[in-house]
Amino acid sequence: MSNTKYILGSFADPDEMMEGIDKLQANNISIYDCFTPMPIHGIEAKLGVKPSRLPIAAFIFGAIGTCLGFSLIYFTMSYDWPMNIGGKPSMPLPNFVPITFEVTILLCALGMVATFFYRNHLFPGRAPRVMDMRASDDRFILAVDASENANHELIDSLLKEAGAVEVKYNERKYVSYE
Amino acid sequence: MGTHNHHHDYNFSEKFQFAGIGKILSLLGIAVGVIAIVIGLMSSDHIMVERTYANLLLMGYYFTCVCAAGAFFVALQIVTQSSWSAGLIRIPQAMSSILPIASIILLIIVGLGLYSHNLYHHWNADGITDPNSPNFDKLVAGKSSFLNVPGFLIRQIIFMGTYSIFAFILAKLSYKEDLEGGLNSYKKSFKLSAIFLVIFGFTTPIWSFDTVMSLEAHWFSTMFGWYNFAAMWVSGLAAITVIVVLVKKAGYLGWVNENHLHDLGKLMFGFSIFWAYVWFAQFILIWYANMPEETVYFYKRFEPEYKPWFWLNIILNFVAPLLLLVDRDTKRKGNIMLFVSILLLCGHWLDYYVMIMPGTVDMHRGFGYIEIGTALGFVGLFTFLVMNKLSKHPLGAKHHPLLDESLHHQL
Repeated sequence: MSNTKYILGSFADPDEMMEGIDKLQANNISIYDCFTPMPIHGIEAKLGVKPSRLPIAAFIFGAIGTCLGFSLIYFTMSYDWPMNIGGKPSMPLPNFVPITFEVTILLCALGMVATFFYRNHLFPGRAPRVMDMRASDDRFILAVDASENANHELIDSLLKEAGAVEVKYNERKYVSYE
Repeated sequence: MGTHNHHHDYNFSEKFQFAGIGKILSLLGIAVGVIAIVIGLMSSDHIMVERTYANLLLMGYYFTCVCAAGAFFVALQIVTQSSWSAGLIRIPQAMSSILPIASIILLIIVGLGLYSHNLYHHWNADGITDPNSPNFDKLVAGKSSFLNVPGFLIRQIIFMGTYSIFAFILAKLSYKEDLEGGLNSYKKSFKLSAIFLVIFGFTTPIWSFDTVMSLEAHWFSTMFGWYNFAAMWVSGLAAITVIVVLVKKAGYLGWVNENHLHDLGKLMFGFSIFWAYVWFAQFILIWYANMPEETVYFYKRFEPEYKPWFWLNIILNFVAPLLLLVDRDTKRKGNIMLFVSILLLCGHWLDYYVMIMPGTVDMHRGFGYIEIGTALGFVGLFTFLVMNKLSKHPLGAKHHPLLDESLHHQL
């Protein structure tokens, strides 16, 4: 089993998977990742997953949107072709609020979706990265990096003890690539 | 799902002990308020008397709005079958249980104000609808089929009476649930809440047109009702948060944690932005259209007497919560939430101040012992009544069908 890259414990029940996490952690075995078909509350804290940086991306896209929206309306309304509308000043700031706001929201939303797709390899034309196909169906998968954790028999027995239906020794990281 | 195997041994039947420094301070607040109001009303200067009335209306309306927001909160949680709030529902319930008292106080204030011509004199004067009278006002006369004293009082009684009855029954059903268990109370409150929300949604705008907008009877804005609703809802949420954090600090509500606080924070954050949205929508349309009958409202508030407060209103109620609550971590910390909630409660006092004062005392506005005293008096009264109510019933709704889900709430 020297070619094994990842050991995957496949669980049929989320509670048993949570127990598997506890058992591996109690034996100082680092968990590479965990794949579940539905969200499980509290799993991030248990695995020590860092908070998502998506809000930072959202802020940056929003700030770009604010600048873009304001520049657009400033250029068209005040700089390129100033018009007297209802006797208002040539730069009526309150009028600029709705458009600046809308462009901020638009860029923020589109930017977040694009960032999310890029980060998760979901862009059209890109092969998705999946370690176990059934993780999107009915199985709860615990992945352990085989090179970082040498004692494969212990991992195997701990996973089975916790209730793993199947333990796989994958020689390739992603099974979705042909 | 998944983590149900913890064992909780919370005592949902524990009751809040209302004693000590909190009780003394609230009674002291009431005493200060009564003294300030009596001094103000006894004053020989009629402007001082009018200013006291304006402050009474401000705080009476604010007090009723916060309690009505408690009733709205309870009804909304039941209709949406929300589980996160099941553990802290007794706090908005205590607020809504004192709505009848708040309503009676506000009724007395508007009644006396009408009778003594200290409030609503803009549309309530002798001969104002009589074309032959020197007092004749064409605009007010045109509105008099709606805006007249009997109609005004009847609407006040019907609106606040209806809210009070619903608030009372909803609270009673929940206390009954504690004793009997089962789903009967919840199902009944679901129906009642749905009816209440429809009535509340359609009548609160009219209620705010009457109580606040008619102070300047020539001006009107269809946005005003939603603007007032947003103010009511944000200040109600802020009051709930203050009570939750303080009661938790006193060692109760062990089952309410940072996840529940996070949800309250999200609501406060979101509806502060909604408030700003409605405020701005009302402002920009009037500013842009620039029609004299509409700009009169903002013209008054752009006088040097009000302008700083007008802009401070936006900073306190929009910019501050936007910057302070945008981060996830700040919504989960009790002390920061307490600070923001108190800031918002002060901010909405200023909001009502900017709404009410130009239409009543106009250029004779002030900020002195009457304003502070009246505010302290009503805050004391609110604290005393709510905490007293809270001490009468268990702090946890132990048979609430969604309580277990609330305990496992995680964000």
